[in-house]
Order: sequence, then C-alpha cells, then structure tokens
Amino acid sequence: MRNEILVLAEHRQGNLRDISLEMLAQATRLAGSLGGEVVTLLLGSSVGHLAATLTRHSDKVLYSDDARFEHFSSDAYRRVLADVILARKPALVMIAHSAQGADLAPALAVEIELPLTTDVISIAHDEGTLKATRQMFQGKVNADYSLATDRTQLITVREGSFMIAPRTEPGLIEDIVVPVTPDNGYKKFVEYLEAQTGAVDITKSAILVSVGRGIKEQKNLAIIEELAAALNADICGSRVAIDAGWLPQDRQVGITGKVVKPKVYIAIGISGSFQHLAGMSGAKTIVAINKDPNAPIFSVADFAIVDDLFKVVPKLTQKIKSIREQS
Amino acid sequence: MNIFVCIKSVPNVSGAEIKITAGGRAVELGGLPLEINDADNCAVEQAILLKETCGGSVCTVTIGAKEQDVMIRMALARGCDRALRVEYPEMGPGTSPLAIARILATAIRGQEFDLVLTGAMASDDGHMAVGVALAQELGVPYAAIARQVSVENGKARVVRELEGGVGELVELSLPAVLTIQTGINKPRYAQILGIRAAQKKELNVRGAADIGIGVDTLAELNGGATLDKLYRSQVVCKAEFLEGDLDAQAEALAGKIIRAGGL
Repeated sequence: MRNEILVLAEHRQGNLRDISLEMLAQATRLAGSLGGEVVTLLLGSSVGHLAATLTRHSDKVLYSDDARFEHFSSDAYRRVLADVILARKPALVMIAHSAQGADLAPALAVEIELPLTTDVISIAHDEGTLKATRQMFQGKVNADYSLATDRTQLITVREGSFMIAPRTEPGLIEDIVVPVTPDNGYKKFVEYLEAQTGAVDITKSAILVSVGRGIKEQKNLAIIEELAAALNADICGSRVAIDAGWLPQDRQVGITGKVVKPKVYIAIGISGSFQHLAGMSGAKTIVAINKDPNAPIFSVADFAIVDDLFKVVPKLTQKIKSIREQS
Repeated sequence: MNIFVCIKSVPNVSGAEIKITAGGRAVELGGLPLEINDADNCAVEQAILLKETCGGSVCTVTIGAKEQDVMIRMALARGCDRALRVEYPEMGPGTSPLAIARILATAIRGQEFDLVLTGAMASDDGHMAVGVALAQELGVPYAAIARQVSVENGKARVVRELEGGVGELVELSLPAVLTIQTGINKPRYAQILGIRAAQKKELNVRGAADIGIGVDTLAELNGGATLDKLYRSQVVCKAEFLEGDLDAQAEALAGKIIRAGGL
C-alpha cells in the first residue's frame, strides 16, 4: 500500500478534457498531506502533446502510446487500469464522473474489488482518513463519506468541482508497455456522431431565453416565444425540455448539450442541476424566474423573481415591449 | 428476445423540502409521492419497443418493499410480462451501488437473457454506476448512457451520449447490459385493458436471503466507503431578488434585461 494517487487522464479526439487537470489539481493538494506522489495514467495513440501538458500537473505520467487506445474503450482501459492498480497499490484512484468514467469505473471496481464512491464534489485528507462528499436527490442533499485508507479507494469526480492549478516543477514521463491481451471483440467502437446543428447556433446568441421543467407542456412555450420576440432572443432549454421533445436537441444547454456565454441568459422554470449550470454560468448576466426559493439556479443568477412563471413571463414581456417602444 | 429491466420508484423531490432523520443517516420521505425513476421509465419503454420488434418477453426486477408494487404493476400494464421484486430492508441511502448491482446480478443470474436494461442514473442516490457494475457481475459486455438502441443479427448497436452533444456508436454482442438515458424515447401510458391484464401477471417476491445474498457479503461491499452523514445542501444565493409587487418586479427586471442586453 502506497500513498500514491493515480489519476486517469480523460481525452477525446486529441483534446484533453478539463476534468483531467481538475482532478490532478485536487490530487496535488491531497498528496501534500498524504505524503505520496501524483501519478497520471494516459492511454492513447500519438498523444505525446497531452503527456507533455500532464507533466505540468503531476509528478509522473505513465504513458502508453498504443493504437489500441486511439478511441476510448472501456474493456481495454479496464484491463490496463486493473494491472496498474494491482501493481502500484495506490491509496486513491480518481476517474472522471463523465460519459467515459461511467462506462468504466463501476466495472473496474467489481473486477478488482475496490470500494467505489461516485460523483465526488469534495475530497480531503483528515486525521488518517479520506473524507469525500457527494450529492443525492438531485443536488438537494449532501452526503459525507469516510473512505478507509487500508485499501485502494476508487472515486469518480464531478466536472467543475476543483480549480485547475499547474505546478511550478514539471513531472516526468514514463513510457509504459501494456501487455497485449487479445480483445474478445464483444464491444466495438464504430464512430463518433458529431453534435447536431440546427438553423440557430445558440452558442452565438446575444440573448437566450431558456426553459425547463416548470413550463410543463409544449403549448406553454407560446409565452416564451413572445418574450423572446420582444428581446430578439433565441430560445434554448434544459435537458428536461429537450427530453420531453419541446425543443430540438441542438437547443440543449448543459454538459451534454452546449456551453453558452450570451450577454443575457434568462432561465425560466429551471431549477439548475449542476449539469445545466456548467453550460450557462459563464453568461454575462443571468436572470432566473422560479417559484422554488431554494432552487440552485439562484446560486448563479444576478437578478431573480421568485414566483409563478405563468404570471411573471407575460408581465415581463409587456414591460419590455413598452420600455422598448418608448425609447 | 428475453429482456430484464431493472426499475425502482423514487421520491419526487421537485419543489419539496427534504428532512434528514436518524442522525443524518436517512431522509424522511413521508408525503413525497413515489414515481418511477425517469431513466428507468425510458428503460421500460425501450424494453417494450424491442419486444415489439424482436418478439420475446420482458421481466422487471426491483429491489425494495411492497410500496414499489404500484410502479411494478404499471410497468406490467404497459407491456412487461412478469416481475421480480427482491426485499432487502437493510438497503438505505448509504448502500453502495456495487451492493445493489450484486443483488440484481444474483436475482438475474441463471435465467436466460439477451439484454438487461437499467436506467443510466437514479434521481435519488445518483450514482450512475449500478448498470455497469451489474454487467461486470454477470460477465457480459455493456454500454452506459445509451441514447439510441437497435438490435440486429444478434448484435446491439448503441449510441452512447457523450459530453457536448456528441454520440459514440458502439456495437455489442449479446447478451449485454445497457444503461438507458432519458430522452431516448417517449414512455407510453398504460391503457385500461393493460391495467386489467397486469393484475393477472406474475409478481414474484423473494427475500434477499432466499436468492442467496448474505448480509456479510453486502456489508463487505459497503465497507470500504461508509456514509457518515446526510445534510441539506446549501444554495449560496448571489441573486438580487427584485422587490415590490409583481408589476414593480417585472418592470425593474425588464429594465435590467434591456440594459444588460444593450437593447
């Protein structure tokens, strides 16, 4: 058992995802009190430039440059991670709580019998134990966990939870050769399907009117369309609005949709899951209209009205029209 | 095509104040309506759609108490053929997703299946882990967060939802486990005839011990990472709430939007 922290670098189509550096920053903070090294595992094909970036965030980068890792493969990744973890016995393994991580970490935990704590938003080392916090009930409840340090702990880490912090002293790259275990061929990567684009590119909109669960039915979009027209704004929505078919997929804002940074973002009937906030908190001015005063959307909003959107929106539209007509 | 679909009902917490009880180890759910988990609802629909195109039967699997039966009967009314419910009263918010996967695997193992579907995530514990752990327990291939599924010639073609609206098309040999994401389909409602028929369908209830689950095994799976306490998360509010009656609030907000938007 070592005090090492092993972080799996996540990348796609040649680009490192921010979560990799976020995990490494937190691993570096933890390593200070655990007294071990921060080791990154990078599996890829011709991604030496990513290895170089990662050295500025870790003590050591284990890099396997192998055509088998050209695309993420949960099976290939799992076999390598299992070998590396069993050989190095790190105190903690960090994997992103992402589409890749969700396709990998739980199976890895079962295969080599590691405890698994998912979607971690905070982790600290406190008097000999690791303390992790995650959320339940759609972000309404926090749950604190103690992770025993007598065995390797596996956690998946929520995107955007930690600040990226490069080091002053770069680490080393260690090329590793992964034994060739034949692929059983049960699961094959076929291709990436790029995001759909529609008539309007909401990442370019100056003003966005965004709707969520609170709008209840598609026919209620009429009042939203009137507000958007009064502002020359485009309409987008949260996952709920897209899943329900009220808006096309290219209008989705959030981690699995688009990241938008308009001048004004007006969130109507959106409670504000972390996935949604990650897609819009960079807007210059955020307005929220929601009847639940405890909705997380208010944590990022600049201006807000707590009331029934069906009362607020028509009145707001009318006020905007009359102010714009006067000027 | 034999399909198992793992489902549970969860409290609808939207707009609700959640009470924490038992010294921070449990949440008080009294009064909150139980509804089928959104992603599980889509998994049920996907199972029925696949049955309609490929034939076969669908069995639901649930871990939980009798209060889950309303949801189970509704899934049967929509077109599932039979149901299995495993009682495991020790389960709580601190139960590891690995333990949940172990129970489900034990319940399913030994029965023939082509596909096991789960929701991609449950809205209560939010692990996004049970389906993939279940696949590994069963020793079959899997794909997490499916937003499109088709089955042809003994293979499943699955589009996985990645970040940024990108999809990843993978091909899996069967049997396999898929975790189903919301938005993949529009779940149907039960019809009156279906609701009547559902009352006659098999709902098999077993204790965890009856299917060979030892309390020790699960304690071991939970052991390494222990829930200390639950507490309500605090929304740190930075918003300026506009004042006055609704008319005054709307007027003030209109002015702020117009200025911020440079209109």
